[in-house]
Amino acid sequence: MQLETLAILNAERAARRAAILVTDLDGGAQRVVREAEIAGDPLADLLARHLAAGKSGLAEADGRSVFLTVQAPPVRLVVIGAVHISQALCPMARALDLAVTVIDPRTAFATPERFPGIDLVAEWPDDALAGPVPPLDRYCAVAALTHDPKIDDPALAAALRAGCFYVGALGSRKTHAARVARLAQAGFSETEIGRIAAPIGLSIQAVSPAEIAVSILAQIIAAQRTPRSGAAA
Amino acid sequence: MLSTDNDILGAAEAWRREGRAVALATVIETWGSAPRPVGSHLVVDGEGNFLGSVSGGCVEGAVITEGLEAIADGQARVIAFGVADETAWRVGLSCGGRIRVFVEPVA
Repeated sequence: MQLETLAILNAERAARRAAILVTDLDGGAQRVVREAEIAGDPLADLLARHLAAGKSGLAEADGRSVFLTVQAPPVRLVVIGAVHISQALCPMARALDLAVTVIDPRTAFATPERFPGIDLVAEWPDDALAGPVPPLDRYCAVAALTHDPKIDDPALAAALRAGCFYVGALGSRKTHAARVARLAQAGFSETEIGRIAAPIGLSIQAVSPAEIAVSILAQIIAAQRTPRSGAAA
Repeated sequence: MLSTDNDILGAAEAWRREGRAVALATVIETWGSAPRPVGSHLVVDGEGNFLGSVSGGCVEGAVITEGLEAIADGQARVIAFGVADETAWRVGLSCGGRIRVFVEPVA
C-alpha cells in the first residue's frame, strides 16, 4: 500500500466519513473510494452494499478478485435523559461497541454513581452539543428518553438537522402527537418528523427497562444495517 | 489503547512517517470458526514490532515473518493458514478454522 493511500484512509476516518479501500488481489492495485464518490463509481452497487452492511470482504469485479476494506466511522449513541431505562441501555450499547454519551441537565439524575464508567454530560442538550459533546452526524443515533419536552425536543431537533441515522423518542402515541405538532410548529417537515421512531423501540411487548433497552438497540441495529437513500450525500 | 483496526492503520501511517519499514496484514477470507473477522489488521515493522491481530494470537508469528519478507522484497502476497488437522492445532487454530491473509509492504 502506498503511504498516500493509507493517509487518505486515516484522514477520512478522522473526519468521521466512510471510505472503502479496493484492492485488486491479482495485480495488487489499490484505490480509495470516499463515501461521497461511491454513487459515481463503476462498482457503486457493490460498494454501497458493503458499506451498508459495514462488512469488509472479497468480491468479483470484471472477472477479477478484489478485496474491499470497509472503513465506517464508529457509531455513537447519544442518550438524552439519565433515566432508569438509560441505566439499562448504556451497558448494553457498550457491549455492541457503540460509543455512548448521556446528556441530562438534571444533576440529580446525571450522576456517576448511576452511570459508572459512562460519558455523562450534565448540561442542556443545546449546550452539551455546542461544547463538550462532539457534533451530531449521520453516524450517530439519538434516543430521547426524558419524557420532558424541554429536554427532549431540542435534542430531537438537533438530531434531525444533523441527519442522524437513528432518532427515537420515548412516549405514548398521545405524547408523540403533541411532539409532532411542536416540531411542525418549529418548521420541520412531515418527512423529517416521520424519521423519528416513536413510540421508541421495536414492538416486542417490552416491559422492564432492560427489555425496553433491548427493543431500542434492536431498532438502532436495523436502522444501521439498512441502506439509506442518498447514502452517498 | 490500540484495540480497533482503525487504530492499526493509524499506527501503520505513523510508523512509516517515522521512517520505519512497515508491512500491513489484512484477513481477507475465513472459513469455519476463525477467531478474527474479515478486515482485521496487523501491522509489523522491520524490527518485528507489531500491533493488532489477525487470528487472536495463534498464527501471528507466521504472519509477522511474511510481513518481514514483504518488507524485504517489496511484494504483496496472499497466504493461507489452518485446516482442521494436526497443523491447525499446533499453530493454534484449534477450532478448525481457516484464514487467508493479504500481506503488503507500505511503500
